[in-house]
Order: sequence, then C-alpha cells, then structure tokens
Amino acid sequence: MAGSDGHAKAPAWTKGAGRRTAFLRGVMSAPTTPGLFILFFAMIGFGALARDAGFGAGEAVFITASLFQLPGQVALVDQFGRGATIAAAAFAVALTAIRLLPMTVVLMPYLRGSGLPRWLEYASVHFVAITAWVESLKRLPAIPVPLRLPFYLGFAGVLCVSTITATFVGYHVAGQVSPLVSAALLFLTPIYFVCSLVATSTSSADYWAVLIGTVLGPILFLYLPGLDLLLTGLIGGTLAYFIGRWRRK
Amino acid sequence: MTAGLLDQGLTTYVMLLLLGAVMTEPWRWAGVWLARDLDVESEVFRWVKAVSTALVAGLVARMVVFPIGALAEVAPWIRYAAFGAGLAVYVFAGRHILWGVLAGTATLLLATAWLGQ
Repeated sequence: MAGSDGHAKAPAWTKGAGRRTAFLRGVMSAPTTPGLFILFFAMIGFGALARDAGFGAGEAVFITASLFQLPGQVALVDQFGRGATIAAAAFAVALTAIRLLPMTVVLMPYLRGSGLPRWLEYASVHFVAITAWVESLKRLPAIPVPLRLPFYLGFAGVLCVSTITATFVGYHVAGQVSPLVSAALLFLTPIYFVCSLVATSTSSADYWAVLIGTVLGPILFLYLPGLDLLLTGLIGGTLAYFIGRWRRK
Repeated sequence: MTAGLLDQGLTTYVMLLLLGAVMTEPWRWAGVWLARDLDVESEVFRWVKAVSTALVAGLVARMVVFPIGALAEVAPWIRYAAFGAGLAVYVFAGRHILWGVLAGTATLLLATAWLGQ
C-alpha cells in the first residue's frame, strides 16, 4: 500500500520507516529548503514593520504565531499603523485569509490517511501558508500515505519556530539596516512565491493560472480593491482551468 | 497602576486574537471540511488548484506593482526588471528556486545602487 499511488519515486528513507522517522525527516528537510531562509528574511521584514507600526515585541511575535500567514499579518499591522477602525482591520485580515481555504482543500488529500486522530488534521492546517503549502505539494506526493502527516508536521513545525525567531530578530534590528536592504527583504517574498508557484505547477491549467493571476491581480486591485484577491482567484483560476481542459483534449 | 498596564496588555492581546486568528483560522478549517471526499485526480480538484494558484499569483503581482514600505521607494521599472530577471533565471537555469531568488534580489540591489531611483 505504501507508495502505491505512483506520483513519483519514494525517497530511500521511507523504506520500513515509522511515523517518528517521518517526523524527524520532516524536521531535517526544512533547513535544506531555500524557502525556509527566504521566509526567515521575509519575517525579519515583518518584525521591522510591526515595530514601525508601534507594536511591542511580544505582540509582534504573537501576531506571527497566531496568524502564521504573512499577508494577513502585514494587513493587520498596516491597518493599525494607519489608524483604521477595528471592523476595517478585521475585514482586511479576513480577505487575505480567504485564499487559505482553496489552499487547504488542495493540501488535505495529501495529509489524510495517516491513521492519526482527526483533531490533529484540523490542528495541522494552522501551518497552511504559502511556504509550507508549496514545499509540501512538492514533497508529499512522493512520500507513502501513512508517513505524510508526520513528515509535514516536522517540516512545518521548524518553519513555525523559525518565523517566530525571525520576527523577534527583525523587531530588534529594525532601523539598523539601510532602506535598500529593507527593500530587498520585502522583495524576497514575491520573487520566492512566483518561482514556487511555477515549481508546483503540474498542468497547463496551473501555468495559465500563474500567468493570468499575475496580470489580473494588479488590475483588479486598482478597480475593485478589497475584493481583488478573491476575484483574481475565481476569474483567473476558472479561465485557466478551461484553457487547461481544452488543451488536454 | 500595574494592574492597569496588565489589563491594557491583555486587552491588546485579546483584540489581536479577535482581529487576527479568529479572522484567519476558520478558512483553514473550512478547507479541511470541504476536502473530505476530494480526489486529487478529480475535475473539482483541478479547478480549485487553478483558483488558488491564480489567487496567490495575483497577491505576488500586487506586492511588486503596488508595494508597501521600503520597496515602494524603488523605481517601478527596477522592480519589474528584477522580478522578470529572477523568474527567467529560475525557468531557464535548471529550475533552482534559490538561483531565481538570488538573481532577482541581486538585480534589484545592483540596479538601485547604480542607477538610483
């Protein structure tokens, strides 16, 4: 049964491995991922931003740990910094979080079937954010079904601890780096995300989704701010799906 | 005095929880619930994957076209050039994400340092 779903060749360590081994392999694979370092630097940028917006170090770390999704964290801090109303801040954060729904739907089929309790599946999706998502989509299909959730928990656990550390570090180095370095830190996230999106694309529909989403995102942001991300996903994704379906025939 | 400060601190954390995690986590749980019987080979899955990919791509483009903070001080053409250079290096130089990221970031730093705004 293990590894019988035929996506890719299972890594050598999975032979006869148990959950504990899979968890440790997940932990060990994190430092070999460029994404970990990029996320680390991006979160340093967030720590600096939170300080600029007037938050305390503990609050900045709390935001990272409890949201674990950078766009939402930025939206929350940004809204506070601009003195927005509580309702506006909540709405902005909720809008950035809607994307987590389809992302979780895509990841869940790979996390099921480990024989671990249901609540652990619900708890494990706290780590669903772009980095953990793209890296998991790259790695999990090759890993035998029962070992996927433990591997993912080990991997995502390291990401979580790293982001918390980075937020703390960023908070304390804020104001000590040049504006150019700050700009480079903020640029890391989009360039890493776009390469990752191409890396996790497995069909022509996915490639078209990257292209159409890139063009549509800024246009919709100009004309329909607030709903732009949701509409970019629905319109761009549906268009890409039909192009992909047409090309499959 | 101390009690007042502690109270204020707690209020801040409760508010951050309500504005942050309470607005975020239910979307993830809804995803778990909706994915119950989903097959990765199904048409619905293909569509949802395209939607989430387009959505994240839109978010990425927005970060580059309408940036916040220090990145907003970098000239738009430098941001676009750096983005294009990073993506091109990734796609055409063996698909190593780290190379793509380094090439893009190096372009941004060098172009800004030499050519200014």
